[in-house]
Amino acid sequence: MSKSRADKAARIRRLLDTEGEAVKSNTRGFNQGRYDSVAKLESYEELKDRARAIKEDAIERLPELIDELTQTIEENGGTVYVADDAADANRYVREVCREKDADRVVKSKSMTSEEIEVNEFLEADGIEVVETDLGEWVLQVADESPSHIVAPAIHKSREGIARLFNETFDPDDELETAKELTMFARERLLEKIKGADVGMTGANFVTADTGTIALVTSEGNARKSAVVPETHVAVAGVEKVIPAVEDLQPFVELIGRSGTGQDITSYVSLLTPPVDSPTVDFDDPDTPIAADGDRDFHLVLIDNGRFDMREDEQLKETLYCIRCSACSNVCANFQSVGGHAFGGETYSGGIATGWEAGIEGLDTAGEFNDLCTGCSRCVDACPVKIDIPWINTVVRDRINRGTDHEFDWLVDGLTPDAEAEGVDLQKRFFGNFSTVASVGSALAPLSNWVASTDVSRRLLASTLGVDARRDLPSFERETLVDWFESRGPRVSASEAAREAVLYPDVYTNHAMVDRGKAAVRALEALGVHVRVPDVPSSGRAPLSQGMLATAEEHAHDLYAALAEHIDAGRDVVVIEPSDLAMFDREYEKFLAPRSHERLSEGSYEVMEYLYGLLENGADPDALRGPPATDPGVAYHAHCQQRTLGLAGYTEAVLGDLGYDVVTSDVECCGMAGSFGYKSEYYELSMDVGSELEAQFSTRETRHRTVVASGTSCLEQLDSLLARPSRHPVQLVAPGEN
Amino acid sequence: MATGTVTRFEASLDRLDVGWTHATTDEFESVLADVATEPAVGTPLPFDVALPDWVNTTPTPADLDEATTGVTAAALGIASYGSVVLPSTTAGGEPVSLFPDLHVAVVRTSDVVPGMPEAFEWFGPEFREGDHSSAIIATGPSATADMGELVTGAHGPKAVHVVMLDE
Ligand code: SF4
Repeated sequence: MSKSRADKAARIRRLLDTEGEAVKSNTRGFNQGRYDSVAKLESYEELKDRARAIKEDAIERLPELIDELTQTIEENGGTVYVADDAADANRYVREVCREKDADRVVKSKSMTSEEIEVNEFLEADGIEVVETDLGEWVLQVADESPSHIVAPAIHKSREGIARLFNETFDPDDELETAKELTMFARERLLEKIKGADVGMTGANFVTADTGTIALVTSEGNARKSAVVPETHVAVAGVEKVIPAVEDLQPFVELIGRSGTGQDITSYVSLLTPPVDSPTVDFDDPDTPIAADGDRDFHLVLIDNGRFDMREDEQLKETLYCIRCSACSNVCANFQSVGGHAFGGETYSGGIATGWEAGIEGLDTAGEFNDLCTGCSRCVDACPVKIDIPWINTVVRDRINRGTDHEFDWLVDGLTPDAEAEGVDLQKRFFGNFSTVASVGSALAPLSNWVASTDVSRRLLASTLGVDARRDLPSFERETLVDWFESRGPRVSASEAAREAVLYPDVYTNHAMVDRGKAAVRALEALGVHVRVPDVPSSGRAPLSQGMLATAEEHAHDLYAALAEHIDAGRDVVVIEPSDLAMFDREYEKFLAPRSHERLSEGSYEVMEYLYGLLENGADPDALRGPPATDPGVAYHAHCQQRTLGLAGYTEAVLGDLGYDVVTSDVECCGMAGSFGYKSEYYELSMDVGSELEAQFSTRETRHRTVVASGTSCLEQLDSLLARPSRHPVQLVAPGEN
Repeated sequence: MATGTVTRFEASLDRLDVGWTHATTDEFESVLADVATEPAVGTPLPFDVALPDWVNTTPTPADLDEATTGVTAAALGIASYGSVVLPSTTAGGEPVSLFPDLHVAVVRTSDVVPGMPEAFEWFGPEFREGDHSSAIIATGPSATADMGELVTGAHGPKAVHVVMLDE
């Protein structure tokens, strides 16, 4: 393993050991809460569409809205300052504090203030800055950085916090329970708030029509920080501005549910500062509180790269993000390792790549961008429908173009890619896997034997970072295409109910040939005339490595090869869910709209297709049902298949044929293509996989036949479990006669 | 207001562990005496009832600190969430609802609306040209899970009680 890979692996291992448990249980709790909470919402999809539309419109009209907002706030009696960058914002905040002779600022967490590091700046000016969000305060006391967008101290256990408080504050009675810790913090922070000169908050949203700031919180400290002191400074990114008060409604209904799974947080403050509330001056405890009109309000809107992001077609969507954290909580890798690995300077989780690339630059984003495997589970979770994996891929592509390489000769022969120089060798190897696979097949079984020798494994590990602990795919000498060509179709076109092209993806064609054969037999059993043409690969492999130009080339070639079949009214049947996901989603970026639409509409996942045939009158008895002593089936649906809403078809077909199916509900197997092969991520991949292993090793499941739809899932399951796993079509397909 | 909406509001409050009581204008004082503890602070109610003398409506910061109950009016109840809408007022609805351990929100039964869309139909015009320009949508007591499990009363009230005024 190279030094940098080894360092990265070591860092991940350390975080898995120290923070993994706390992050795991908390994020999984939030994620489950999200499922439960959104399920209760009748208008969930409609709310998401509205939220998305409001954000699209707001970012489109941003300059205009900022003008309107500025005018409104000035009319209200407050001030708006649009800061170019962190330094500019900090200077402004310091000016306000100096004017007020402020000794102490109390803050209610604002991610943006974290972004500009205002605490350090003000402290250098002799001002005490106190975080009043409990999680944020814990981190301030511990001198640690946040590890999650909405629950910054998610990596700390109750025991850890108790130890920290007891050591730091030496209270009369040792603190132990969550309640004791909370009350201790409440008392201490209340004293701080009472004597504060300035209250600083973030803003989840700001409405241009009224100048209303929406703060979504549960603790009550944001309200205290904003209302108790005379001066309120709100710091927010420019992207937080939305047109009108009514536009807040979908967000209010979505944000808590999406993040922590609460239907709504305890408080949604809609403050239009300077607010009417009287200040509460604890230095003058005996005069009745009364509004005296002395309130002062400053809204600091921060650009810091956002206007450039707005001009960037690919990064622009990031600005729609409402920082709910759903994409972190649903992410299997994040669940294991948390935001200290999966995050940059400020932001963490799936969308952090977009934020950090826009605000800090590609270097920062590059440090954790690879932790997104493109599994797409976050796509459904995001309340504003951001295509987070796409942003990660685009940024990966940009990062690729800035790296240098000494071993390029090693894969050059294998990499007929369209990438300009600079793409990491490991990425080029995995990105050109279709070529690796054809060479592998052509040389099999020799290639398998060579690949398994110590020398080659060492070479693969040292140059390409392929982890030696992972079994390599074993290539078949006869590809699926060759097999079919010599065998020929068994249902003639003239007598067929339908005609289908079985798409021979790289793995099915070269390595998992048996599942391809099974698919052919199952389709034919239901009266389909099948073809297995020799067509180019989908481009999934280069896409995951962030090699966009190569992926795009594949897309055009493949569409060209399939177009004729689609014209002839043939259905495209896909075995590998990640390829179908490409056709449905990523190809939208590569192909002409009409082409994309035709391919996407004409393609089906194999079990989805069998389901359709059965629903339309095909005879289920032609497929294989369970034997009398069937132990039942343990099924793991591929992540992209789930995102596309296709997992149910496999369950339905198996169920209809009489199989007893248990489906895993873990978000991801932890493999996601090349991810688990890479030595720096091998352990994380296995840690994520352990959850799937556990679900398939219970008393209820441990004897069941294991089936999974995706290649990577199958590979991961084979390394996790002692018993073998198969594609579901292999279960139901009749034998070859 | 449709009874269905009020029933739903009550069910949502139950789910949140928020107590609720109905009161006619005549019953109001005794209902309040039952649910509140002294020392109590409050803000004048914009309804056909007045707060009793034992509720201090001109609190000092020290009173806020000592009070165990804060009584304020809510402009709306939101049935689907069990939320109450607390407008910010010059009389100090915000601190009164925030400092004491128990917040008693008084809402007219006729001001309970079905859901968020109806609430925002009220906020929009109200903020643009009505009497209030700020409000809190408060749902249950203040809470945090940052210390390892859910604890109420993180910075604000530990408990909430809603009195529905049947005028
Ligand atoms: S990208 Fe979407 S899911 Fe992730 S934090 Fe932003 S809004 Fe939430």
